[in-house]
Amino acid sequence: MAVYKRTYAAYEGALTPAWSRFLILPRYSFARLWQSKFLVMFFMACFFYPLGCIGYIYLANNLSILSSFGFPVGQFLKVDASLFLYFCWVQAAFTYLLTAFIGPSLVSPDLVNGAMPLYLCRPFSRAEYIAGKMSVLVFLLSLVTWVPGLILFVIQGSLAGWEWTKANLWIAGSLFIGMAVWILVLSLLALALSAWIKWKIAAGGLVLGVFFAGAGFGTALNNVMRTKYGTLLNLTEVMYTVWSKLFRLTPDTGISVEAAWICLGVVCAVCLWLLARRVRAFEVVK
Amino acid sequence: MDPVIELAGLSVRFGDREILHNLRVALSGRTIGLLGPNGAGKSTLIQTLLGFVPLSAGSATIFGHDIRQQTRELRALVGYMPENDAFIANLTAVSFVRMMGELAGLPPDAALERAHEVLFYVGLGEARYRLLGTYSLGMKQLAKLAQAIVHGPRLLILDEPTNGLDPPARLRMIRLIKEMKQTGSMHLVVCSHLLRDVEETCEEVLILKQGRIVHYSNLEEERRANKRFVELETVGDEKDFAGALTALGCECVGAGLGRIKMVLPADFELREIYRLAADRDLQLRRLNYRRDTLEDIFLKAMEA
Repeated sequence: MAVYKRTYAAYEGALTPAWSRFLILPRYSFARLWQSKFLVMFFMACFFYPLGCIGYIYLANNLSILSSFGFPVGQFLKVDASLFLYFCWVQAAFTYLLTAFIGPSLVSPDLVNGAMPLYLCRPFSRAEYIAGKMSVLVFLLSLVTWVPGLILFVIQGSLAGWEWTKANLWIAGSLFIGMAVWILVLSLLALALSAWIKWKIAAGGLVLGVFFAGAGFGTALNNVMRTKYGTLLNLTEVMYTVWSKLFRLTPDTGISVEAAWICLGVVCAVCLWLLARRVRAFEVVK
Repeated sequence: MDPVIELAGLSVRFGDREILHNLRVALSGRTIGLLGPNGAGKSTLIQTLLGFVPLSAGSATIFGHDIRQQTRELRALVGYMPENDAFIANLTAVSFVRMMGELAGLPPDAALERAHEVLFYVGLGEARYRLLGTYSLGMKQLAKLAQAIVHGPRLLILDEPTNGLDPPARLRMIRLIKEMKQTGSMHLVVCSHLLRDVEETCEEVLILKQGRIVHYSNLEEERRANKRFVELETVGDEKDFAGALTALGCECVGAGLGRIKMVLPADFELREIYRLAADRDLQLRRLNYRRDTLEDIFLKAMEA
């Protein structure tokens, strides 16, 4: 119907499949997010370290280049699990800042502007809403974590040969699982805080604060109570414990890997509970 | 006619407090008005029908779809314009309406086309590329209406559609509601405090008070029925006149001081009254149809 015909007519065309509708939210979110020049620049900065790693891997597999420049070589450059663990550590720091920047703008504007009934009065569930919003973070964080990580692994495999690849395939699996868990925890935490704190800046600050405050409080608890379980409040250490175990290294955090997994599970469950409490079409005023 | 909305003992409870109590009604009108004082449960009823609020007892259906079992199918058929501010501030109106259309299942291209169409239809065509956050209250109301109709719902639920509108904007909203009603493809539920708005637009009215249905009225039938009740004020021999009217099939009751109340039979021509009065040289000082306004109905219901 032409726009000059200002009459109402019902829509009778085809509909999209219901399962795909949660992907509508990230499309609109990305269109909005990429309008920020700061985000674009920071996102690009997230790839500096993987690019450096590519150079490192290339040199490690081409030591003759270094020796031709007179650099001492030998065991100095080696590509093993610890390199990928360190890669996780560095990229996790970038994703942490990226999440603090993006996360609060996902849910809180909808709550501030009362948009939840508009989403949920359609054939669109709360779970789909959360999945849609979460997929924004999952997609972006994946691009700077396990995707470049696996690319590094493939590059190393192609340079070191099939024998190395076959013997170290578990590193790729560990990298993917470790980063996926980190992305899940970070995304849920950001969404939950964004849902409860409507002021975006405060929510972003709290995402950062949860890690810093947790670390500080955990250390204080360890010192006062003379225990090591205070470390469980330090999500960075908890995650490091899980990554170390996944990369078959010995964590020096003082907590068991089982306790770390349970801690992450509890964090995710609490975040989901917080989201379920807030992401609803109406508010019950007591 | 199949009911649009059927409530069968529907009750809703928040904690210890019962908000809606044993609602039973079948509504089948093209436009249904939902009336009641503040706290009567109108908005809760709407939210319950949309599946936002769980039922504590009973059941309800919309177009035969159970609101508990077939929520997703039901929501595809419904458009909802909430009472409060509801928008996404940093989107343009056209992006906002398009997104809402897509979430309702429209493909992106169709949703964009429909977004333009409905924004022109509601009168926001020239402002459709402005950010919603910059809209006035009246424009936000129209944007909410646009998002509610973008997917072509079979049932449109309007919660206080004229809230905060100035008189011209209110008239525009009323005109839009009437136009949508006349398309015949959509049923409407209008929840409003403004009796005049409901009276102008609705065929059926459901009045709630303290979570209970206190009155259900088919306004169309009442309007038809009102035309059969006539009050006369005469000067002369009204008893003879009333006898003559009774002989023609009218039910007459003398109210004293020359006043007669009567119910006209079907197919009764009003000119008969004038003819009988002229034959008896009786003065007719006044002839009124009894007309219960919605305000009368509402006040009676509130007193009940």
